[in-house]
Amino acid sequence: MSLIDLANPTRFLALVQRTLPWLAGATAAIFALGLWLGWAAPDDYQQGATVKIMFIHVPAAWLGLFCWVLMSASALGTLVWRHPLADVAAKAAAPIGAAFTLLCLVTGALWGRPMWGTYWVWDARLTSMLILFLMYLGLIALWRTVEDPSRGARAAAILILVGLINIPIVKFSVDWWNTLHQPAAVFRVGGPTIHPSLLWPLLIMALAFMLLFATLHLAAMRNEILRRRVRTLQLMRAVAQGA
Amino acid sequence: MNALLALLQREVRLAVRIGGGALIGTLFLLAVVIVVPFAIGPDLNLLRRIGPAILWIGVLLASLLALDRLFAADHEDGALDLMLMASAPLELTVAVKGAAHWLTTGLPLVVVAPLMGLFLDLDLGTGLMVAATMLAGTPALTFLGLIGAALAVALRRGGLLLPVLILPLAIPVLVFGVAASQAAIVGPVPFGTPFTILCALTLASLVLGPVAAAAALRLARE
Repeated sequence: MSLIDLANPTRFLALVQRTLPWLAGATAAIFALGLWLGWAAPDDYQQGATVKIMFIHVPAAWLGLFCWVLMSASALGTLVWRHPLADVAAKAAAPIGAAFTLLCLVTGALWGRPMWGTYWVWDARLTSMLILFLMYLGLIALWRTVEDPSRGARAAAILILVGLINIPIVKFSVDWWNTLHQPAAVFRVGGPTIHPSLLWPLLIMALAFMLLFATLHLAAMRNEILRRRVRTLQLMRAVAQGA
Repeated sequence: MNALLALLQREVRLAVRIGGGALIGTLFLLAVVIVVPFAIGPDLNLLRRIGPAILWIGVLLASLLALDRLFAADHEDGALDLMLMASAPLELTVAVKGAAHWLTTGLPLVVVAPLMGLFLDLDLGTGLMVAATMLAGTPALTFLGLIGAALAVALRRGGLLLPVLILPLAIPVLVFGVAASQAAIVGPVPFGTPFTILCALTLASLVLGPVAAAAALRLARE
């Protein structure tokens, strides 16, 4: 089954119907394994038990970035091939990406309170995640302002691609800005390298987050397709009643 | 080429004769500069320290707010349809419109910035350095803003959506604009480092802005 076959929403829905329970099951299993490994992992010699926030924080940050990359691939699909599902994929991914980014920010704040003594510092990484979050929200706002999905699709695709070019520039400029405004070495997270006893739970948790994303994304895409069908049916009924 | 020159002339003429974009933009900047000391107090030492930042924020907001009507007026009176159908590439047309917009709203802001700096206890030499960074940086704000203005027309929405979409994109310009200004005043970074990056941002936006804005405008036709 190629990507073109999936252009048929009905076929896509059937595929989702078949795979979603398996994906959800795998997500739950890997999450259980990852959480257990994280629970059993040794405390850090400096940070104590708070280091375990990392098992949520870091995968969430990865997924927050990954979502934008996936949306960019979808945006190309919308602009270049007019793939009907590409827009659905991008639209479904945006709130999930925003949620992962928010999760990263919130867990980072909770981690920062005991470690740095404050919920928020204008650290380069925190700041660039915050800007990413802002860009997700702007994108979602754009989708919400248009009533016609196809018109909103290509506008959003343009903005996603502009954002993809801009995110590394923002990251670079924020790094520069931070080193200019405050000396490095005010705070340092963790040791120089990560110990294997912490690395394995982290990787398992990253896999679990990946599966969670796939599950949520497929479900959100299904909902979006069904929502559009409902919209079309409502429009047709309104036309029929008006005539 | 002639068509593009004619378009440039038309845009500049329109902006100068009606609308008063340049005047309103500079008045807005003046209002921002006046409001800030009321908020943070008349301490000249503090104002001198944050003066370049205040000027840059004022210029950023003024350029963003001026973008609203960039394509909207042409869309309403049908001129935009003519531009879409013209033989000149839409990207170039959009770039010319952006250039005209910068000449009539961005450039005046740059010119008055050193004078505004006097209110913030920046001497004229410092003000001129800040203006130099703005001369390099404000085209980037305008050309990034083209994308937002084109999207606003394509979606038939405007207002607050445009700044929300464009402000995150403008952060690098603000960072390096203020960094270059600070470097010119106090150091320790050499002025050239942030300034050349600022120029690079502007050059990149000169390419990115028209291409993305033209894509959004083609959407508006459908």
